[in-house]
Parts: sequence; structure tokens; C-alpha cells
Amino acid sequence: MAMKRIDVIREISKRKGLIICNLGFPSRELYSIKDKNTNFYMLGSMGMASSIGLGVALCQKEKVYIIEGDGSILMNLGSLATIAAYATPNLNLIVVDNGVYGSTGKQPTHTAKVADLKKIAKGAGNKKVFEVKSIEQLKEALEQGGPLIIVAKVNQESKKVPEVPLEAEFIKKRFMNAIYELNK
Amino acid sequence: MGEIDKEIVKFLVESGIDFVCSVPCMLLKGILEEIEKTNLRHVRVNREEEGVGVCAGAYLAGKKPALVIQNSGLGNSINALLSLTKFYRLGLFILMSHRGDKYEKIKAQVPMGEATPKLLKLLNIEYAKVTEPNQLFLIKNLVKKAFKEEDIKAVLLSRSLWL
Repeated sequence: MAMKRIDVIREISKRKGLIICNLGFPSRELYSIKDKNTNFYMLGSMGMASSIGLGVALCQKEKVYIIEGDGSILMNLGSLATIAAYATPNLNLIVVDNGVYGSTGKQPTHTAKVADLKKIAKGAGNKKVFEVKSIEQLKEALEQGGPLIIVAKVNQESKKVPEVPLEAEFIKKRFMNAIYELNK
Repeated sequence: MGEIDKEIVKFLVESGIDFVCSVPCMLLKGILEEIEKTNLRHVRVNREEEGVGVCAGAYLAGKKPALVIQNSGLGNSINALLSLTKFYRLGLFILMSHRGDKYEKIKAQVPMGEATPKLLKLLNIEYAKVTEPNQLFLIKNLVKKAFKEEDIKAVLLSRSLWL
């Protein structure tokens, strides 16, 4: 029985740290699990999750978990090289790979047939890269210490959950305050 | 490197910028070398849009970020500048070399060079065009405004500064 994306997100949400979450269903699922002041929900700018997460990880000490998708990391593959060049041990990039653009109608991405994100991440120069297919494997990989890239293979299921009902500026201010408090 | 490059970086540092993402440009060569000599955290990104994302993260973590790019990179960044930086009201200063203006020798730079001021207006990004060294104080003014208003402000650096 294949993993669902929401199970991956739930496992990450249990941990202490900051979460940068990709737009669309991932942010909606994260919000539905548990809204926290340490969650940054993306509402636009597809492809930017790993870059935002790198910026946050470089500029403060708390652990950063980036919930990224296969379609969106394929839009910004250069980010994997920048992460290899600069990332600090507090960076954890989790690419939830379902082989489709889940939020736009399940059109296939190129990981469905040809592209291997684990090999691409390694080829970009990242040392700790894991591909996981179960929650047990995910938990084990998350214990390895960062900078860490995990490609989590999941099925195409999205939970029917509503939009994130928060304003962008509210998300920002709350998240910035949380970072400030955690790093005091 | 030239005095002008030193002076530009001095203005960046004095105005409170403490984080830089860059993509190279021939005109920015000296500035990027000067940045490496300072304590500024400098992340070299592959594409300007990526820099918009990294700067957004730095801002969320309390930094005052600047993006140092060529104007061609404005075109690569528009969606992130609007749906991330503007939409969440994040502070960002952009220092942009202006290729494709009247001094340009490479014809391919001209279409984007001509469009750049119009694009900035259309995107509602306040900017100043700096053509002479005595206008460099505008960097300080616009950096201050970017972080006070939590918005994007830009300075276009003309090739005439290096002639």
C-alpha cells in the first residue's frame, strides 16, 4: 500500500521546527492537520519553496523542513545545486513525488516516466539524499541529520480539504514572530 | 577594482543590507568582487527568480536582503516578485545593471533594456536610474524605503557609471 502525501506531511508536522510548504494541496493538507505559527503556507510563486527554505535556513538556527513537490522542484532545479553549495545542517528538503501536478488536474510530470529526483539531487552535489517509500523509511531518513534531501514517493491521492483561510500578511507576520522567538 | 564599485558596495552596507543574492553581469563584476570582501552574506544563485525566493526566506528570518542582478533577470523573476515578495509584503532591494540602453553594443540586450523601465512601472516597483556617481545616495534612500514599506525598490545602474 503506497504512502499518501498527507501521511508524509503529518510526519513532518509532528517535528519541532519551521515548515515552508508548497502551494496548493500540500499547504491545504498541512493546515488541515494542524495550523501552527511555525508553518509558512505558500499561496503563489510555484517553484520557490526550496529557495525560500534555503534563505530561512541560512539566516537563523532553527531546523527548517521544506515540503516541496516533484512538479515544482522541476521548475527550479538549479536550487538543488545552490543547496549543495550553501546549505547548513538545519536544512531538510522533502520532495513529495507523486508524478503528477496534483493541484492542477493530475497532468503527468517527468518523474512519472523518466526523471529521477534522487539522482538529480546527488548529481547537483548533495551528499545526503534518500528516496523513501514508507513512513518507517521516512522516519529513519529524517534522523540522518542535515543538510538532507528526501524524495518521498507517494500515490496521487489528495485529501479533500478546504483552502488555507489565512491572509498572506498574517501568515508572514506570525511566521516572522515565531522565528524571532525561537532564536532569541 | 574601480572606486565606483567600492562606493556602491559601501552604500549597500551603510544602508543596512546584510544579505545578498547575485547572478553575474559583466557590469557587476567589480561590485560582486567588492561584496566578497565585506561581511555580507552572499549567495550566488543560478537564476534571478531563485534569488527572489532565497531573499524572501532571508527576510522572513530577519535579514535585509538585496538582489544584485542584470536587468535581463527581471524578466526571469516577475511571477515570484509579484506572487511572493509583493503579495506577502516582504522587503527587497534590487540593484540592477541596465544593459540594452544607449551604450549597448550587443543587440540582443536592447529589447529587454528598453522594456525594463516600463516593466518596473507596470509592476509597481519604485526605482531610480543612476547614471552618475553623485546619484549613488539614491541607493540609501530606496533601501530604507524598501524595508520601511516592506516592498520592492530598485536601482538601475547605467553603463555610464563605468565609462
